[in-house]
Amino acid sequence: MSLQPGLSFSQAPPILVPFRFFLSAPLFGLLAALLMLWYGTSLMDSRWQPSVLALTHLMTLGFLGMAMVGAMMQMLPVVAGSPVAHPVGVARAVHVLLLPGVLLLAGGFLFGTHWPMRIAMFLLGSGFTVFVAAVGLSLKRAPPDSPTVVGMRFAVGALVVTAALGLTLASNYGWDWWLIERVRLINLHLTWGLLGWVGLLVVGVSYQVVPMFQLTPSYPKPLTRWLTAAIFALLLLWSVAQYLPDAVQEQAMLAVVSVAAIGFMVFAVVTLRLQLQRRRKQSDVTLLFWRFGMTCLLLALVLGVAGQVIPALDRMQGDNFALAFLFIAGFAVSVVNGMLYKIVPFLIWFHLQSLLMGVTKVPNMRQIMPEPGMRRQMWLHFAAVPLLVLSALWPPLIYPAALLFGTSMILLEVNLLYAFRVYQQNAKLATKGEPSST
Amino acid sequence: MDTISSYMTSDHHRCDELFAQAEAAASGQDWGTIAADLQVFLDSMHRHFKMEEEVLFPAFEQRTGMSMGPTQVMRMEHVQMRELFDAMADAVKQQDREEFLGQAETLLVMMQQHNMKEEQMLYRMVDQTLAGEMEEVLQQMRAAGA
Repeated sequence: MSLQPGLSFSQAPPILVPFRFFLSAPLFGLLAALLMLWYGTSLMDSRWQPSVLALTHLMTLGFLGMAMVGAMMQMLPVVAGSPVAHPVGVARAVHVLLLPGVLLLAGGFLFGTHWPMRIAMFLLGSGFTVFVAAVGLSLKRAPPDSPTVVGMRFAVGALVVTAALGLTLASNYGWDWWLIERVRLINLHLTWGLLGWVGLLVVGVSYQVVPMFQLTPSYPKPLTRWLTAAIFALLLLWSVAQYLPDAVQEQAMLAVVSVAAIGFMVFAVVTLRLQLQRRRKQSDVTLLFWRFGMTCLLLALVLGVAGQVIPALDRMQGDNFALAFLFIAGFAVSVVNGMLYKIVPFLIWFHLQSLLMGVTKVPNMRQIMPEPGMRRQMWLHFAAVPLLVLSALWPPLIYPAALLFGTSMILLEVNLLYAFRVYQQNAKLATKGEPSST
Repeated sequence: MDTISSYMTSDHHRCDELFAQAEAAASGQDWGTIAADLQVFLDSMHRHFKMEEEVLFPAFEQRTGMSMGPTQVMRMEHVQMRELFDAMADAVKQQDREEFLGQAETLLVMMQQHNMKEEQMLYRMVDQTLAGEMEEVLQQMRAAGA
């Protein structure tokens, strides 16, 4: 008899394992908003400026990275039946390394000094090494036929490529060595990071959570079987195409990018369609965040491909700023935000219930995370994104956009902290006493 | 032929359907309908738990000798879900819509993550372990659920 080795049904890891990441994420979003207010319209001068690089990394490594790392450590036991070993130590180490790492990286860009960049390289490099090793081991033990596990594996693979390229580029800033390939490496770095790590993780996780939260039909089998592998293969092809002779390079890259974009478009359209077919009539904040996110993803893909075909379009939207805001703030931040509003109240309920069973009544998810607070934050975000995108056309819009985005991030943090306080207050009631701080 | 996996997975979907119906009923004003729809849903859940706890889990535990393994975690989660059932029923008695919807939302996530673990791991292990006596176990489960 061949039972899967290492399969585990153990309960969720201690609450601070994901929460230390979740509570940190909006603070980076807030820093990004402050940076936008400070640098204002000058951000739109060129995407290669240090201030833009700092902004991008606060949003991606800071907000998205924190939330995604935390969510993945939380979800692996459930979706893959394979928890991360030593979750407390791993979470603590990864958090303690990444948090100052992101700050120093942003500072290194902004102030153009060498030492923060060098320390950031060390911190981010070791933080991601620990994370990838721990998550990689867990994914290796997971059942190989789950499309979500497959998607997560490709996403982690893309993360490794992104991080390696990122470290190479950072060393260029840290030591000023002559890096002739810089532009090419930057394109590789951001494509692997956004389409690979972020895109593939969202796709893989969607296969589970979209049907689960709204009771939609499942994603079509051929899609879940092939899509993430195909996109990963296309990213590899695209990377190789960078080094083809100039004569064929452009067409080859355009072809590959278009096919990958079609892959993501199919995913977004299928997701929106499944959500229309949901059996659960109750609409909620998570659903609205996802619909908004998928719509932004579609717009970003259309704009991205159109920009490749018609270069004037790229110049008009100021060096692809509209595209970047649509993908990062519109798609990725929305999806992650929506997920947090399900994961966080549920986790708190779950931990409280095992603590308080038979002692006292446990607050339900809506009491832990009240709907009105989530809705307010959601509308601020929905208002911020179009303004961010339009600021690529008319830069002064960056000010109201940043104000809205920053306020939305503050409210998100307030909502998360409110929920966490409900946990702390109720956990005190347990006769067993509060669980250890981890 | 049904496998245990396919049989139990389709029963999950049937329960999901009834959950959605009970939750949708709560947007209306008629507490009688809400109570009735909730009862239909809860009956189907109790039936499902009964098939697992009285037939499937013991058979699996006996075959594998793993009584403190995955089935134990699933039983604990059943206990957690039963608490939510009670809370939903209480909310209907008190005609407290917000409380009902909050408990329903909590149950939905609890139930879905539980089903996910069963469908992707436990039932597959069960199909392997009980391959030789599949029909018999299915019959016993149907009888227990009748």
